[in-house]
Amino acid sequence: MHRFANPARFMRLSERLMPWCTAGAVGFLAVGFYLALFVAPPDYQQGEAVRIMFVHVPAAWMASFAYLFMAVASAVALIWRHPLADLAAQAAAPLGAGFTLICLVTGSLWGQPMWGTWWVWDARLTSVLVLFFLYLGYIALVHAFDDPTRGARAGAVLALVGAVNLPIIKFSVDWWNTLHQPASVFRIGGPTIDRAMLVPLLVMAVGFTLYFAALLMLRIRTAILESRLRAARLGEVEIGAETVAGPAQ
Amino acid sequence: MSAFLAVVQRDLRLALRQGSDAALVVAFFVLAVVLFPFGVGPEPQLLARIAAGVVWVTALLAALLSLDRLFQLDYEDGSLEALALTPLSLEALVLAKCLAHWLTTGLPLVLAAPVLAALLQLEGEGYLPLVLAMGLGTPSLSLVGAVGAALTLGARRAGVLLSLLVLPLYIPVLIFGVAAVDQAVAGISILPHLSILAAFLLAALPLAPLAAAAALRSALE
Amino acid sequence: MMDFLAMGGYARFVWPAYGVAVLVLALMAIVSFRSWRHRQRLWSEISTTRRR
Repeated sequence: MHRFANPARFMRLSERLMPWCTAGAVGFLAVGFYLALFVAPPDYQQGEAVRIMFVHVPAAWMASFAYLFMAVASAVALIWRHPLADLAAQAAAPLGAGFTLICLVTGSLWGQPMWGTWWVWDARLTSVLVLFFLYLGYIALVHAFDDPTRGARAGAVLALVGAVNLPIIKFSVDWWNTLHQPASVFRIGGPTIDRAMLVPLLVMAVGFTLYFAALLMLRIRTAILESRLRAARLGEVEIGAETVAGPAQ
Repeated sequence: MSAFLAVVQRDLRLALRQGSDAALVVAFFVLAVVLFPFGVGPEPQLLARIAAGVVWVTALLAALLSLDRLFQLDYEDGSLEALALTPLSLEALVLAKCLAHWLTTGLPLVLAAPVLAALLQLEGEGYLPLVLAMGLGTPSLSLVGAVGAALTLGARRAGVLLSLLVLPLYIPVLIFGVAAVDQAVAGISILPHLSILAAFLLAALPLAPLAAAAALRSALE
Repeated sequence: MMDFLAMGGYARFVWPAYGVAVLVLALMAIVSFRSWRHRQRLWSEISTTRRR
């Protein structure tokens, strides 16, 4: 565990991994978009509108996955005081919020032609909306303190408290009669979705995941660099003060 | 146990001495509910339809009003630090303060609710369920609110931030609390709804003090 | 081509959906990258001033 606690080590590791993740993300997303728009067949019930699924579903998976990542990182930060864990959680939050936003908007655009309504207050949609508020609340809380350590700690506790929402999101379509359809990929018994649609979906999912990994690494690197800059500035201020006051007598 | 009760007593005494907290919360509750007939019109059927929701939402907002001071005053004058040093665990301290908070704000809301529901023409079958559901729900609101209050202690714009953090977490209690009243009016059994509210409370009782204590520790460092 | 753009009549749902997805993904990437580049520039400035 402590081998990875070294920020310098993370910088070196991420420098080697990032180009691969970025290239992989671009590649899988490009292929995914192509398959989604040109190759996947129209649904016999939903017609071409089913293509929205190829952005909506991967975004939804990533929205939950990013929060899970944030919660685990927060737990690590609170229990082991791992220095990079806080940075990792904070780096993931805006990305998760973005995925949730994509999920909500594309879901609404899919819902109108399919269900005849832009929004419905069923368990799945409501819990995803709550997820969005949790992301925003987390970001607001972390930045609400002058002391960044305090903000990081408060955010970590909030992330863990909000984690109860994750099983609710996942199982809401099983526990309640919802307008949102039940699980068709991640279920016991295997996916019920047709192969011709499953492949573009999985390609997009891999693309979204690599995208998340690449940007996550970039944002953590930025945070590490920011702390180095702060330390360097403090060092300069001290050196400057010494010069003004004259060398220590 | 005696240390626990001592904290409860202390908070109750402070609240009663000020007197304003419970009174303000109930006053806001009443005023906010009374606004609705002016806003949506006095038609009895419409009011009866929205009565449960309006009473619950305004109770939620009223409960929020007193939350940011749950730890604030003690934090500012140093008594929180002193209380943290006593043999009473921080978790028990949070629980004690939540109990006092509920007695001074939650309980008055529960008692005022049927009166306000009557103003909104709630039908007869709904009153007992309303009181039961709010009786089970308002302690959860105090507990979850305490987590928010602990997290935002010393933050910029703590009051607004507290509301933003806590309101999404209140939604499940709101959903089942309103459903309990509406289903009772419709003649359907509300045992499942009350059970779920009870389950929330049972889950919040150990978990909320844990989270709030963790947040308090970070604030006191 | 026109058939493709029309998306079987669902164009006003499908294209905004893809548009929002691409927009949000692009924005997050751009903002993250610019944040990184800004700090990288500051860091190289500081390192050169120190070497003097």
